[in-house]
Amino acid sequence: MIDPVLASRLQFALTTIVHIIFPVMSMGLAPFLVYFTWKDIRGGEPVYEQLRRFWTKIFAISFVVGTVTGIVLEFEFGTNFAAFSTAAGELFGGPLAVEGMMAFMLEATFLGVFVFGRERVSDRLYMISALAVAVGTWLSAVWILIANSWMQMPRGYELATENGRTIVHLVDPVAAYLNPRFGFMYIHMQNAAVESVALFMAGVAAYYVFRHHVWGYQVRNVAFWETTLKIALVALLITAPLQVLHGDLYARHVFETQPQKFAAMEAVWETESYVPEYLVAVPTDLGDITDPRAKELFGIGIPGGASWLASGGDPSAEITGLNEFETEAPPVAIVFWAFRAMVGMGFWFILLGFWGGYRWLTGDLLEDDLLHKALMGSSLLGFVAVELGWIVTEVGRQPWVIQGVMKTHEGVSPGLTGTEAAITLAGFVLVYATLLGLYTYVVARIIRAGPPGRDDLRDHPKRREDEGQETSGAPAGVASDD
Amino acid sequence: MTDLAGLGDGPLFGLPLPELWFGLVFAMLGTFLFLDGFDFGAGALFATREDDADRETILAAIGPFWDGNEVWLVVFGGALFAAFPAVYADLFSRHYLLMFGVLGALILRGLAPEMYEQRHDAAWQRWWGRAFVAGSVLAPFLLGAFVGNWVAGTPRSFTLVGVLTGLTTVALTVVSGTAFLRVKTRAALRAELRSYGERAIAAYLFAVVVTLFALAATGLRTAVLSPAVLALVAVSVLLAGGYVLALRRDRDLLALAASAGLTYGLTAVVALLLYPAIDPVSGLTVRSAIVSTLPLNLMSVGAALLLPLVATYFVVLYSAFSGPAEPAGGY
Repeated sequence: MIDPVLASRLQFALTTIVHIIFPVMSMGLAPFLVYFTWKDIRGGEPVYEQLRRFWTKIFAISFVVGTVTGIVLEFEFGTNFAAFSTAAGELFGGPLAVEGMMAFMLEATFLGVFVFGRERVSDRLYMISALAVAVGTWLSAVWILIANSWMQMPRGYELATENGRTIVHLVDPVAAYLNPRFGFMYIHMQNAAVESVALFMAGVAAYYVFRHHVWGYQVRNVAFWETTLKIALVALLITAPLQVLHGDLYARHVFETQPQKFAAMEAVWETESYVPEYLVAVPTDLGDITDPRAKELFGIGIPGGASWLASGGDPSAEITGLNEFETEAPPVAIVFWAFRAMVGMGFWFILLGFWGGYRWLTGDLLEDDLLHKALMGSSLLGFVAVELGWIVTEVGRQPWVIQGVMKTHEGVSPGLTGTEAAITLAGFVLVYATLLGLYTYVVARIIRAGPPGRDDLRDHPKRREDEGQETSGAPAGVASDD
Repeated sequence: MTDLAGLGDGPLFGLPLPELWFGLVFAMLGTFLFLDGFDFGAGALFATREDDADRETILAAIGPFWDGNEVWLVVFGGALFAAFPAVYADLFSRHYLLMFGVLGALILRGLAPEMYEQRHDAAWQRWWGRAFVAGSVLAPFLLGAFVGNWVAGTPRSFTLVGVLTGLTTVALTVVSGTAFLRVKTRAALRAELRSYGERAIAAYLFAVVVTLFALAATGLRTAVLSPAVLALVAVSVLLAGGYVLALRRDRDLLALAASAGLTYGLTAVVALLLYPAIDPVSGLTVRSAIVSTLPLNLMSVGAALLLPLVATYFVVLYSAFSGPAEPAGGY
């Protein structure tokens, strides 16, 4: 039967990898929805009501799936990682409890008003609920990342042994919870969420714009999709460069605080100076395929690049190699490649943003079919990059569950049997595959149905005044209203 | 190094914080069992409806609420984790498969209504309707079984006491589900619901008594026969009578209040049966399992500030959607 430690780790990996999709979608959509709601209530331009209603549907289904998959993670600390929970509950349980009370309660209650209440509550309360949901989703991430950043960079604690169990005692809450790592993680994560959603919006909108302007099909509500594309491009132009610039600072912080993880990201085994930044590294011997920096290696690298990255500009800086650490190295190949793929995508997103921005300036944003194809192909890549980033963060911390304090295998529930763990792991593979399939099906249906037509919109006081001046960006002869 | 260090010297204001947190954890569990309980009950009653409009009305009735209600389970778990980490870890890992059963049922219950609304063909809606009912019945059953095993102090997850507590919990959710749906519906549906409520309350009282006998037989005799528990049983019988009367006189909110009383009463019985232990299997007591003073004080300040806010969110939510439910609302 399968080893309960391995099964627990695989299960936690699977359940987090699936779960994170939904909060990224809801956290990323939140600022857009606040903006759409504000514009809809204030100005009454029909397209903002369409934007609000369309993206709220995707927000709502993401939130529901995010809720049910999120409870799984909370419970797994108890079920599968009981030793970790007992040892670190004092530091780790608090942020989770506060997340529930401060953030999750706020978002889940106002979500009801936001999704179902447009006809029932005043404009003011509706706007407040949009804000409350947005603030709630972003506060959730605060507490989850406070907990996680402590696992990366534990501070403000003392170790004690009680009844034969090692217990982590909280001694300095300020040091523990106002962790410098938290700031890096929060900015990187929240910006990534907005960027991922911007890419998703742009990709979906590009599909409809492409069908209409390039293939010449009739597309309902084409003005809506054009506006979506432009809003998404603006968001991409802001978030994509920020993500890479900030990511650079973050990598340097990791080098300073988790040298073992940094060495794995760069696959540096021996301590060296002038370490190149390998873009591609292929072992010449198939036996070394899992080791991207095996002795005999064909690689393309920027000389001194990794040293430069680690030190913030010094190509001669020394990087401590993995062989110098007492503990075994993290799975280097996973961390090395996940890091490269994530960074590569980060640059690609900047390029996409500038490409779109340039076409917009030259006036042929709607006709550039290659751009549309690139946007469609990249619509899910933001989510992929987030997953890869978390893989670097979590796999790169191995073998530790709490860096330098507790190893992952020590954290697993002592009484857990291989049979139990295998049953739930198999169950999750099945259930989560179905769940992802159903989520994709629902989101695809929402996208295919498109926004509500202009005839189905609410009776907005401002709109009545502007009657007759309504414009749509669609070319003459093509119905943009249905 | 900081002013916060003073927080580690002793319990905040000299309060009996371990006992307060023990009470708070069960109050959170009770709130979940009441609020999401009526969603579960509505889900069980969904099975009795053939008519499309009735089914849509039931889904619309719980639509804006269930997600917020379910968060009480998250908060219960978080509070147990933060205040009694060893109990959280021991209990959840001991009843491993049961916990994942609860999670699976909650996934089904949460997802099914969303899927049900996606398509309007008969087979699709029949299957997602069944999934919704299954999730709504299994979630309280398995959670009840977990609580039963917890109180009985059995290391096994599948026990007679567990099954009995599970059935008790399901009956209770139908009791509150009926009252809630009657508040949210009008005309024929509302009238037809009454008989389910009456049957459910009878089943609940019977199940509670049988469960208490079973618990007494497992060695909790003194605790079960303690004056406080017996008083709570007596109060429950009175509340049950009040519930039936309220239903007959169409005072649905009163009936809902009575079912809230029953739910908190049941949770209080669970807490009383445990105390001063908190996990009989591992021998942990409220005083031995409590987290150390500094994090406990921090948590207490946090909870004291946040829980009143949380209450206002629920007031806003429930007042925004007062009155009967309208199908096909939203967005």
